[in-house]
Amino acid sequence: MMFLSRDAPYWRGADSVSKMMMSVNLALLPVMLVSAWILGLGIIVNAVLACLFCVALEALALRLRGRPALASALDGSALITGLLIALAVPPLTPWWVTAVACLFAIVFAKHLYGGLGYNVFNPAMVGYVVVLVSFPQHIALWPAPNSAPGLVEALQFIGGGAFDSATVDAITAATPLDSIKIQLGQMRTMREIFADPTGTQLAYRDWTWINAAALAGGLWLLRKKVIRWHIPAAMLTTMGLLYMISYAADSAVHMAPTVGLFSGGTMLGAFFVATDPVSAATTERGRLLYGAGIGMLCFVIRKWGAYPDGLAFAVLLMNMAVPLLDRYTQPRIYGHGRG
Amino acid sequence: MPLSELNPPTPKWGIRFDRPNLKTGLPLQPLMPAGQYIVPLVQKDGSAAEPLLAPGATVLKGQPLVALPTGDQGAAIHAPTSGRVSAIEQHSVPGSGMQRCIFIEADGADQAWSGITPVRNPLDDSPASLLDAIAAAGIVGLGGAMFPTATKLDPGSRIHTLVLNGVECEPRINCDDGLIRDRAGEILAGGQIMLHILGAERCIVAVKADTEVAIECLRAALAELNDARFTLALVPPVYPAGGERQLLQILTGQEIPAGGLPRDIGCICQNVATASAVQRFMHTGEPLTSRIVTITGSGVANAINVEARLGTPIRQLIEFAGGYTTDAVQLIMGGPMMGLPIADDSAPLTKATNCIYVHAQQESAPPSAELACIRCGDCATVCPVALAPQLLLNAQRGDDFEALQDLGLADCIECGCCDYVCPSNIELTSRFRRAKHAEREIEFERLRAATAEERFVARTKRLEREADERRAQSEATDAAGNQAEALQRLLERIAKNDDRQKRE
Repeated sequence: MMFLSRDAPYWRGADSVSKMMMSVNLALLPVMLVSAWILGLGIIVNAVLACLFCVALEALALRLRGRPALASALDGSALITGLLIALAVPPLTPWWVTAVACLFAIVFAKHLYGGLGYNVFNPAMVGYVVVLVSFPQHIALWPAPNSAPGLVEALQFIGGGAFDSATVDAITAATPLDSIKIQLGQMRTMREIFADPTGTQLAYRDWTWINAAALAGGLWLLRKKVIRWHIPAAMLTTMGLLYMISYAADSAVHMAPTVGLFSGGTMLGAFFVATDPVSAATTERGRLLYGAGIGMLCFVIRKWGAYPDGLAFAVLLMNMAVPLLDRYTQPRIYGHGRG
Repeated sequence: MPLSELNPPTPKWGIRFDRPNLKTGLPLQPLMPAGQYIVPLVQKDGSAAEPLLAPGATVLKGQPLVALPTGDQGAAIHAPTSGRVSAIEQHSVPGSGMQRCIFIEADGADQAWSGITPVRNPLDDSPASLLDAIAAAGIVGLGGAMFPTATKLDPGSRIHTLVLNGVECEPRINCDDGLIRDRAGEILAGGQIMLHILGAERCIVAVKADTEVAIECLRAALAELNDARFTLALVPPVYPAGGERQLLQILTGQEIPAGGLPRDIGCICQNVATASAVQRFMHTGEPLTSRIVTITGSGVANAINVEARLGTPIRQLIEFAGGYTTDAVQLIMGGPMMGLPIADDSAPLTKATNCIYVHAQQESAPPSAELACIRCGDCATVCPVALAPQLLLNAQRGDDFEALQDLGLADCIECGCCDYVCPSNIELTSRFRRAKHAEREIEFERLRAATAEERFVARTKRLEREADERRAQSEATDAAGNQAEALQRLLERIAKNDDRQKRE
């Protein structure tokens, strides 16, 4: 009888990359649905488009690189990128803007670096930042609260139909973070900004729901052990503390911690973007520092930067710090002295 | 007196397997000593012991087959049964490749040799004479390390704690469980002898917290023994908690310094089977000629524990367990996480064989393609020595030996936990094993180059010196004008030089 001579270990667990990726996609479902309910069906159309673009580009890139295209393209990682782009850009973004974001995410940020596992930067955030700085007028098309456009109207926007500025003004409005930034610039106080129940106050309430849905999906991922607690905990704690300090210093011109934590992409970023293992630090202490760094940079950019939400920039900046973090946060090996 | 029990905390590392254990039960009684036995002469350090007998000689069960080795790594070897030495030749030995072995044709009488007398009251005897007796009995660490027990029990430094390790290191290995259920009293008595030899104050008997029957057996035996030095520790069933270093960390909270031994923290670990063998020898004068081994895995009909004579061909053990299933594909010595592949089932049972694991096709993971590492860090979470396999992998791929060293490659215990959790199917342990080999080779080359350089420098200096001497001497002889004498001296020097070169 001939026996195999394979090496130990002979047992393998059932975890797989595609299972992990699919769990993440599943966990994005709540925030996707709540966003569609609040911001309109445009986001679903965008999500379908972005996912199609991303998977197609992934397959194309793999093919050009001579790798098995189909199986890898369907491993779920391209879908995550697509969904994150769709959640990051406004629901009324023209299709070609989304396509540019997907192109930069999948081809430039991911495959030019070597594909899944080798990308230095978070692909979705690279794609989003490229369109954010390139097409600012399109990336401002956030629907006004309580007037989410219907499917037909959304399709017209996404189809790239030209609209006169009156239509655009009627149907869109600044996000809470944006309007707070603008109005603070106009020397209004937080109390005044939040006074109008149909303005910032209402928009903030909507975004709280979206953030809560992202938080719920994130907690489920934690429970499933697909992600670990270090990055989101460090990021949210750091942000929360900075908001608390600034709010305690002068509540007239600073957001309450709850507003900061439940606005913009905070929760989505904490649980779905910053936790992308490929572009994050990989040691436990490194992840704590990485998360804290994102929280701090996000706060700094929101407060002093030109953009209302600094999450994408914060993540990309911390991506650059990852090799350093990994290098200096090695755990102490068993049997070797402390320190 | 209430039993003293410990419930150490669950370690942060390791794996809790969700695969149910196969029931193996009590050790089945010895296989009949018929047929051929193959006794390897290889010792722990890889050297082969010199046989005392030539082919054709008759032997009795328990008769020494080799002169008692003097080295620290050697152990006595005895005939597993009575019969005739049929050959002394090379044969495959699990985990050691081809080795010189003594082949014994059993005569079926299983007649015992009367050359060894039992030690009547070991606890009244001097530690030194007990150590000699243990060495003569050929007792080695039966957990799989095969380190001579007499050497380990003579650490040369103060030991306060003896740990009797009944926490089987790997999943599916149940031989210690079977032994505890059958002979808890014998294990504890062996522990008392070891405590006496070491002069240690306490003995921790460690078992897996999920082996209820074994725990009850130990509780009963401890109550009967009524020795305040003994503590029962229920160790969380996490792999690889049974590894010596990991077990001591769980029990004492202390780590063995890198490159050190348990004695550096005042502890010594002995397998429960080793303790039982010590007591058995003292009590009956029976040297180590059998051991309990688990035969298990999806490729064998029944999972069993069997007490078998050393030297029994593995094929016979498999047959005793009902034979292979039709889809058996791999034979492994040890468990499914760290076992060594066995190429040939005519290889014998050795003192180190705690388990024979047979893998079936469907359980043996298909060689699914390795995907890229996504740096999830799950491997670092489970690593019992707190390495970062995801970073080691990068260094290994780049053959960056400096980085590998910095990241602690040498500390890797090759437990396979990282492989088990890796979602990308990366064969991390294999890679690290290969990297260790490559690193050793590089170190060897470096040493060789250094020695060669040293020799070259020395030789150049010597040649220069000799040339100087020659010049000085020829000047002197020229001055004396004695050509004949100079020629004579020159010839002598040349002869001397030739001689020296030959010696070198």
